Amino acid sequence: MANTSEIDALFGGSPVAAPGSEAQPGLIASDGGAREADESDLPRAWQVLEQVMDPEVPAVSVVDLGIIREVSWVDGHLMVAVTPTYSGCPATELIESEIAKALEQAGFRAPRLERRLSPAWTTDWISEQGRERLRVYGIAPPSGSSSKRSLLGEKDEVCCPQCGSHDTEVVSQFGSTACKALYRCRSCLEPFDYFKCI
Amino acid sequence: MTDNKNDLIEYLLRLGDNAMINGQRLCEWCGRAPALEEEMALMNVGLDLVGQARNWYEYAAELLADGRDADQLAFRRDERAYRNTLLVEQPNGDYAVTTAKLFLFDAWHFHTLSALSASSDERIAAIAAKGLKEVTYHLRRSGEWVERLGDGTEQSRQRMLAGIDEVWRFTFDLLSSDEIQQRLAAAGIGADATAVAAAWQATVEQVFERASLPVPQPASYFYLDGKRGLHTEHLGILLAEMQFLQRAYPDATW
Ligand SMILES: [Zn+2]
Repeated sequence: MANTSEIDALFGGSPVAAPGSEAQPGLIASDGGAREADESDLPRAWQVLEQVMDPEVPAVSVVDLGIIREVSWVDGHLMVAVTPTYSGCPATELIESEIAKALEQAGFRAPRLERRLSPAWTTDWISEQGRERLRVYGIAPPSGSSSKRSLLGEKDEVCCPQCGSHDTEVVSQFGSTACKALYRCRSCLEPFDYFKCI
Repeated sequence: MTDNKNDLIEYLLRLGDNAMINGQRLCEWCGRAPALEEEMALMNVGLDLVGQARNWYEYAAELLADGRDADQLAFRRDERAYRNTLLVEQPNGDYAVTTAKLFLFDAWHFHTLSALSASSDERIAAIAAKGLKEVTYHLRRSGEWVERLGDGTEQSRQRMLAGIDEVWRFTFDLLSSDEIQQRLAAAGIGADATAVAAAWQATVEQVFERASLPVPQPASYFYLDGKRGLHTEHLGILLAEMQFLQRAYPDATW
């Protein structure tokens, strides 16, 4: 149950910011020594995050998943706000430490991670690229919008990621991880995971 | 805020303990569920609940500010300090008892979190809105099982009826309301227990009707009350297992 200060501690703690340094870009460590961060470093941070994969679905990055809510400079440190997919997602802490590690390796000194619950993550935030990557990986991407759902009844229309058939049936609303349901294709008979809509 | 602080801590512990104890009970099905898909479903639901419990406990720990963290609240309190409803501490029984227990709780949980999503306390609203997405799936699943068992074979129907009969009386403290709830509801922070109970009743009637199951009379007053720490004998046994590691090896971490 790590809180943000414990997470910071994993990466050498959060050094005290110099007075008046709010929103100042931080130092970037590079092969040529330390330098002040410049405008190109925020887009570069996003590029680094695009290489950090979801440990449970290694086909999609944390950016594809839409769990990165903000990247900015705070007190001379890069701050990354991450929202968990599910309250009990056991990968949350691992994802946070992978992000911090990737950023440190790219030269961002002592990045700060913030866990942000609100607004709650929705599968609507999974990018088009993320959906396509899920499909190629063999996981049916979430169908429709999470906002248009009724409580009881109402089935999702889910396409088989193997053959594209719409003739599929749910085996269990709960699959191998919290974010997935288990489906079966009636056309090609293959079972598959469906990234369920929330 | 300070007026409500003690109420709020108490309320957060109720929410956290309901999720935690229900999650712990579900874990007892690990390796024993009647089908692999069901085992995965129950473990997923349990994981959601433990995650939600952590969110409530973390908030409670911050307000308590007595040095205890979420882990200590979960694992280092005595039985009388737990505030969960009696329903979630009941033994799992057969699959119909578990299904009845889950459905009756999920319906209450769904309507409670729906109300809390609009709480004037932003932290509560955020935790509730997050949990509500998960609990919507929990309720859909348990509701479908009530329907399938209730309207299934003669045996499944008899067991479903027996399962409901077994746990129905514990819906009294689930739905009842005390002064803490009333004060927090009036302040726009907590859920209105009367409105939650009415919505719960409607959901239960809807699902029972589909399953051709009779809706029992409202549960009558029961001398125990989980909200005040007066539990059935089952909670102590559950805690003995759940707390073993932290009691035997205090401060052990992963
Ligand atoms: Zn197919």
